[in-house]
Amino acid sequence: MPFNFTVSPDFAPDHMSGWFYFNTWLQRNLETEIHLELFDSFDEQREEIRAGKIDLIYANPYDASMLVREHGFKAVVRPAGKRDEAVVVVPASSGAEVVEDLSAGVRLATTADPDVHTIGMIMLEPADLDKSNITQREYDTYILVAKALLRGDADVGFFLKQGFDELSDLIKKQMRVLVSSQISVVHHSLLIGPNMQEYSDSLNGLLVNMHNEPKGAGVLESMGIKRWESMSVEQTEFMIDLIDTLMI
Amino acid sequence: MSEKDTGAVREELIKYYDGAERVATIIDEEVAFPDGKLIVSRTDLKGIITHVNQAFVDMSAYSRDELVGANHNILRHPDMPAVAFKGLWDTIENGEKWQGYVKNLRKDGRYYWVKATVIPNVRDGKLVGYTSVRRKPSRSKIVESEKLYSTLM
Ligand SMILES: Cc1cc2nc3c(=O)[nH]c(=O)nc-3n(C[C@H](O)[C@H](O)[C@H](O)COP(=O)(O)O)c2cc1C
Repeated sequence: MPFNFTVSPDFAPDHMSGWFYFNTWLQRNLETEIHLELFDSFDEQREEIRAGKIDLIYANPYDASMLVREHGFKAVVRPAGKRDEAVVVVPASSGAEVVEDLSAGVRLATTADPDVHTIGMIMLEPADLDKSNITQREYDTYILVAKALLRGDADVGFFLKQGFDELSDLIKKQMRVLVSSQISVVHHSLLIGPNMQEYSDSLNGLLVNMHNEPKGAGVLESMGIKRWESMSVEQTEFMIDLIDTLMI
Repeated sequence: MSEKDTGAVREELIKYYDGAERVATIIDEEVAFPDGKLIVSRTDLKGIITHVNQAFVDMSAYSRDELVGANHNILRHPDMPAVAFKGLWDTIENGEKWQGYVKNLRKDGRYYWVKATVIPNVRDGKLVGYTSVRRKPSRSKIVESEKLYSTLM
């Protein structure tokens, strides 16, 4: 039976093929069979996780919490320099200059990305806004969130900072960032499940040196990752503790 | 800034739970919570600071060296009622999460309000310390807390 590998559905579409190259590279270097399965939705992926069908996952920080604390996963590496930050955005024509200018009843455009949504909601708190006094609609992509803002279907939107930065200048010019999170310790990580633990050390050794090897460097580039950094148990626990505080 | 700030400067004796005391300079001037940031610290089981992030250093006006190893009550503001902290400690020592609004005292005597969440850190089934993460509170919650705390003094 091959091991099962999956990637948090919030990966950039441009990097999809990169994850397949990565899987090929992993199988060759770990000398074991791994099947990569990508899911369209967070919920579908979580069902597979709960069913114990996942052995290796590039997880968003929110899911990492559940994977480590409830399913015995361990963090192996994280992408160097990549942090999960969120931005709260309004249409350029909005009267709001700061978050505190937003008031009850605003229409929020968001995505199913749990980190971005959680951090975004925290950044609305200074305006006394929460899910009880706003209306929110979930969109599949950040492009669609931007479109909702530009069409006037929403007053405020949440983006992964990187997702916002990657929009075209033409679109960005029609919007304004009210707040940008600067949390810096919340990030995605590659986690290994209980059934694959025997590969943990070899995986860590391979990945932290991946950028030094010509083939590995090419694969990393196609995934939009500079290099992998080792993650200690305590670093992982700290990140999860921090996320826990954001959940209430 | 809070509209009621007078900028008045006073010397006040702060009495801590463990019987210690210090005279602190208190300035009635608020420093705004930085947008988008989280202020993070961790302590051991006794409330001695073991880790602070840069936002903590910046907002408290102490250096990292002054903070790590110090009792977390270094930030205690005399306008905070002791009962608020009793509630905090009773909750976290019970292994539960605590959330509340706290007025903190900076090294320079000014203050800042936070919405704080404190959680127990459990490693291999054992309680090893606590983590606190603070976010920007809304003005209405600050006003509410000021009223409530003044009745609890
Ligand atoms: C993780 C953690 C974070 C804390 N953060 C603060 C804080 O920001 N400000 C504060 O006044 N007390 C904070 N406290 C509570 C202090 O330990 C202390 O109880 C409080 O300052 C009152 O001082 P006293 O109990 O010595 O009288 C924190 C406690 C813990 C465990």
